[in-house]
Amino acid sequence: MNLAIRDIRHHLGRFVLTCLGLSLLLGVVISMIGIYRGLVADALVLVRAPAADLWVVEGGTRGPFAESSRIPRDTRNSVARIDGVAEAGSVTYQSVQVEVDGRPQRVFVIGFEPGRLGGPVRLEDGRSLVRSHFELVADIRTGLALGQRVRIGSDVFTVVGRTRGQVDSGGNPVVHMSLLDAQRLQFEQDGGAARNQAARGQQINPHQINAVLARLQPGTDAGAVAGAVERWKHLSALTQDRQEGLLLTAVVEKARKQIGMFTVTLLTVSTVIIALIVHTMTLDKVREIATLKLIGAPDRTILGLIVQQALAMGAISFLIGAALITAAAEHFPRRVIIEGADVAALAGVVTVVCVIASLLGVRHAVKIDPAQALGG
Amino acid sequence: MTHPIVELRGVSKHYGEGAARVDAVQSLDLDIHAGTVAGLLGPSGSGKSTVLNLIGAIVDPSAGRIRLDGDAVFDNGWLRTDLRRLRLEKIGFIFQFHNLIPFLTVTENIEVVLHLAGWPKARARQRADELLDYLQVADRAAAMPAQLSGGQAQRVAIARALANRPRIILADEPTAALDSQRAGIVMDLLRQVAVEQGAAVIVVTHDDKIMSRFDVRHTLRDGRLVPS
Repeated sequence: MNLAIRDIRHHLGRFVLTCLGLSLLLGVVISMIGIYRGLVADALVLVRAPAADLWVVEGGTRGPFAESSRIPRDTRNSVARIDGVAEAGSVTYQSVQVEVDGRPQRVFVIGFEPGRLGGPVRLEDGRSLVRSHFELVADIRTGLALGQRVRIGSDVFTVVGRTRGQVDSGGNPVVHMSLLDAQRLQFEQDGGAARNQAARGQQINPHQINAVLARLQPGTDAGAVAGAVERWKHLSALTQDRQEGLLLTAVVEKARKQIGMFTVTLLTVSTVIIALIVHTMTLDKVREIATLKLIGAPDRTILGLIVQQALAMGAISFLIGAALITAAAEHFPRRVIIEGADVAALAGVVTVVCVIASLLGVRHAVKIDPAQALGG
Repeated sequence: MTHPIVELRGVSKHYGEGAARVDAVQSLDLDIHAGTVAGLLGPSGSGKSTVLNLIGAIVDPSAGRIRLDGDAVFDNGWLRTDLRRLRLEKIGFIFQFHNLIPFLTVTENIEVVLHLAGWPKARARQRADELLDYLQVADRAAAMPAQLSGGQAQRVAIARALANRPRIILADEPTAALDSQRAGIVMDLLRQVAVEQGAAVIVVTHDDKIMSRFDVRHTLRDGRLVPS
């Protein structure tokens, strides 16, 4: 006879309400991990999208994401001629603010040479760039529709294609434009500023890029090619793994620690709350526990009643919390990725939390004197 | 003459030491035989509840010897380590406020004792049904305790006390919450149990309604037996 289930059934309304409250708390814990996973995934989208093997950037920098990097545009030709390089493409990266349907929208602009490495890989709809100017491939998150025109800088672009899930490490949607347009946007200044710079003899060279992406021929040693690139002292070459590592340590590490600490805090709060709930439930059953002890129930029966209820509460709350967050994940402003392995690991943690939390109730139950069942 | 089912020899219980010492029970000799309904009477603080707790292995005696159902269980120290098992095997308890487990049905309240005693599920259900029938509350088998009248609840409590066929029934003010008619019915049931099952029924009470229902009356005052 399972006393825990029967007690839950008897106080079903109260139990369900308690579980609902707890599920929200556990849901936040799950969402924290999902937000972290989303953060990492978002941070890596840009680096992984072009499927490059090597990133050639300004010498002595760890660009183009962790640090700024400017190199001459003709670097691409030099890199493309290195033995083992299958293809190479010049790219620029910059964040700008645009107005979409009257609302300010921060977007991450990637400039690339149409037909070369660095462009959008998978299109949700529309086509890639075919003209050298004023065409745009925008991510769906921008809210831009196919054919919609949008002003970026001093030029007006037409959306010809759309991607899905292309965001920068800050979660801002990505737009792709031609390298020429992107260079103009990044390096050319409007009339007044340009004249002022010219008068100072400090004209900016608009024929710059932020990086050259290189894809290597199969079997080519990326380190060897990087070494060949770095013989030019004004260039650095980062392998794909190094670039990903840099991005994660530079961009995500603090957020990871922050979210990790917040998750631990929430789990601690959950433990305290479950402990208090279980303790209160035990206090409510002092007479019943005393009676059970008096009629001969061993401690394991009493402990089973308390621990099983704590576990049931944790399990039900966790399932509801996981379901709620999974359903709501799409509505978060940034990506929330709920992975099965994370949910399973967290379920294990919640089980441990419930057992620890039930110790307070168990301690109280063990001390209950059977004589308390007697008298009024 | 058969051996008594409950046998206390020189049993004492005191609380505290030195100036704070309180002698709740002093050198008590008591025999209760099978088939007997015994009343344990006395004013408040006389020690009758302590005696009930001593027989029920709920509190530790300070000295003396106790035999229950032919087995020596205390001789200046408990002779068994598992007192809950001892209670489960030998003693049935009936409480003033029935103390049914509120989240179990009437049948489950009886079955829980049998499950603890290791009865198979089907036999436990059969025994519970028999007892509810015997105590004329079979029609309330599926009810929750909160749905029972005071008399019905006390009958179910008696059924639970009898479930594992104990030879000793300890009843603590079993009629205090009942009117005269229902109190009489409960006492009739206890007598029936004593006679039919050869049990010793010990009732702690100061309920005047049932004073005439005992085979023997033991009156306590200041922890000692006095002539009734």
